[in-house]
Amino acid sequence: MGGARRARLGRPFLLGGRTARRVLGLLLALLWLVFAAAPIYYMLIVSFEPQSSYLNSNPWFPTAGVTAANYSAVFASGFGRYLLNSVITTLGTTVLAVTVSLLAAHVIVRRTRGITAVIFRVFLVGLAVPIQALIIPLYVEILRLHLYNTLFALIIPLAAFAIPLTVLILVNFLRDVPRELIDAVQIDGAGPVRQLTSLVIPVAKPAITTVAIYDALTAWNNFLFPLIFTQSSNVAVLPLAIFNFSGRYLIDIPAIMAAVFLSVAPLFVIYIGARRQIIGGLTAGFSR
Amino acid sequence: MMGRVVLRRPRVTWWAVWFMAPACVLFAALVLVPVVVAVWLSFVRWNGVGATHFVGLSNWSQLFSDATAGASLERTGILLGASWVVQEPIAIALGIYIAGRQRHRAVLSAIYFLPLLISGAGIGIMWQNILSPIGGGVQYVGAHVSLLGFLNKDWLGNPNLVLGTVVVLVAWEFIPFHTLLYQAGTRGIPSVLYEAAALDGITPLQRIRYITLPMLRNTIVTSSTLNIVGSLTIFDVIYTLTQGGPGESTRVFALDQYIVGFNEMDFGYGSALAVALGIMGIAISLVIIKVTGFGRMRSQAEGI
Repeated sequence: MGGARRARLGRPFLLGGRTARRVLGLLLALLWLVFAAAPIYYMLIVSFEPQSSYLNSNPWFPTAGVTAANYSAVFASGFGRYLLNSVITTLGTTVLAVTVSLLAAHVIVRRTRGITAVIFRVFLVGLAVPIQALIIPLYVEILRLHLYNTLFALIIPLAAFAIPLTVLILVNFLRDVPRELIDAVQIDGAGPVRQLTSLVIPVAKPAITTVAIYDALTAWNNFLFPLIFTQSSNVAVLPLAIFNFSGRYLIDIPAIMAAVFLSVAPLFVIYIGARRQIIGGLTAGFSR
Repeated sequence: MMGRVVLRRPRVTWWAVWFMAPACVLFAALVLVPVVVAVWLSFVRWNGVGATHFVGLSNWSQLFSDATAGASLERTGILLGASWVVQEPIAIALGIYIAGRQRHRAVLSAIYFLPLLISGAGIGIMWQNILSPIGGGVQYVGAHVSLLGFLNKDWLGNPNLVLGTVVVLVAWEFIPFHTLLYQAGTRGIPSVLYEAAALDGITPLQRIRYITLPMLRNTIVTSSTLNIVGSLTIFDVIYTLTQGGPGESTRVFALDQYIVGFNEMDFGYGSALAVALGIMGIAISLVIIKVTGFGRMRSQAEGI
């Protein structure tokens, strides 16, 4: 029967099999696209809807007019301050984590035995320790160090937890730098600091970019540390600020959506400009 | 000659010490010390302000008879299993699909990865409003599109539905990450394999079954490990979405541990729960690595 049909339909049927598969694949891909994008689209649309008509109209389309009032409400509630806190925390964490990790990685690559190797092993074990399991002792320590309710209470532990992965990625990259290159610089009379600034950093630039992006994204989006280590709104970072905001503005959903959207907007903008780098940073160290 | 080398005292290279010191101090003070303190606290009774009282194994025996902790661990188990079953196949399919270099696939993947940029807290708050029974977008669609009438439910308020809702939202949050891993894994498969198979007249489905999936073995292990450990410790999205409710229906283990520690200020018992969480996380990673032989670092390109 198959033969008869095939004969009758001829070539178009054979092509049809491949096309059908392509269409099926595309349909499933589009289905996921709708599921992935719909919430973000919804958040954006609702954030421009007037609070007064939001409940009485179709929330998926701006049928009742468009307003920027929600955004002014969010800015009026101190959003600029939270944004600044997030920027400071993210930059502080990233610079601290990458600097100390780069210094350590430079040594680990060159001294592969003895105590250095042991320390490297300890860093690797640290990769498996879940942050959630250490929040009680960390809280106590932050209190004792008088860091509670400051941005240092976020920057220092975030950087410490970033060290294992940052060191690992930098070490993996620096291992591939030819030994002769470093030796050549050394013969030129360059000390360890000169070696680092004039050779290692320029060569390791791609790896540094990747880990810096990974560390920055982790710091920007961290919620647990600000939840536990900070209290006042003048040190609130964005994830905590939008959580507090949504607790206070329970029914003003357009304003809440505007706040959430503003908290990711900077990342969306960077993503548009530097998608390749961001994606490289997202899977730093895991996709090999 | 030999003798001189052996006799020479190992030289301390001071620059190396100075280079290692900052990372070591930071890591020791904020990761290693807390690990030790957490274990110690699990043997004391303490509310965070007064004196600590050594209570031996009492926190640990409490853990094994605590019905709330048991129920929360069960929820974590359900979430962990369901997340793996839901996320891995979808991520593998999407990852293989967007590994293709066609233009429309690049556009699709650019949008697929957007959820990765949003914080867990942002995702929780966003979905809370989308799923709200009062004017939420999902409820609106359910009420107005008869074909999608099943959507008209109280997804976060109904204790029987809410854990399933969390599984779906966690999938929304994490499938993009795993898709990214599988995309990279698929692109890393040497094209000679496909060329050789094409000569043998292999069908596209056979190609996936006999070449792509076996070659993705290492990626599947990596992705599954991160997936399972991630589900075990998931906190932000559930805390901002439901805070463990309604009742205790989304109080997973990581949330239980936080609530005992910081809402009930029971630092001793909270630490016992935290140490249990940490041990489970490390144990699961080790078991997966052991069982799959991933630690032996078998080459993905074996036999080529």
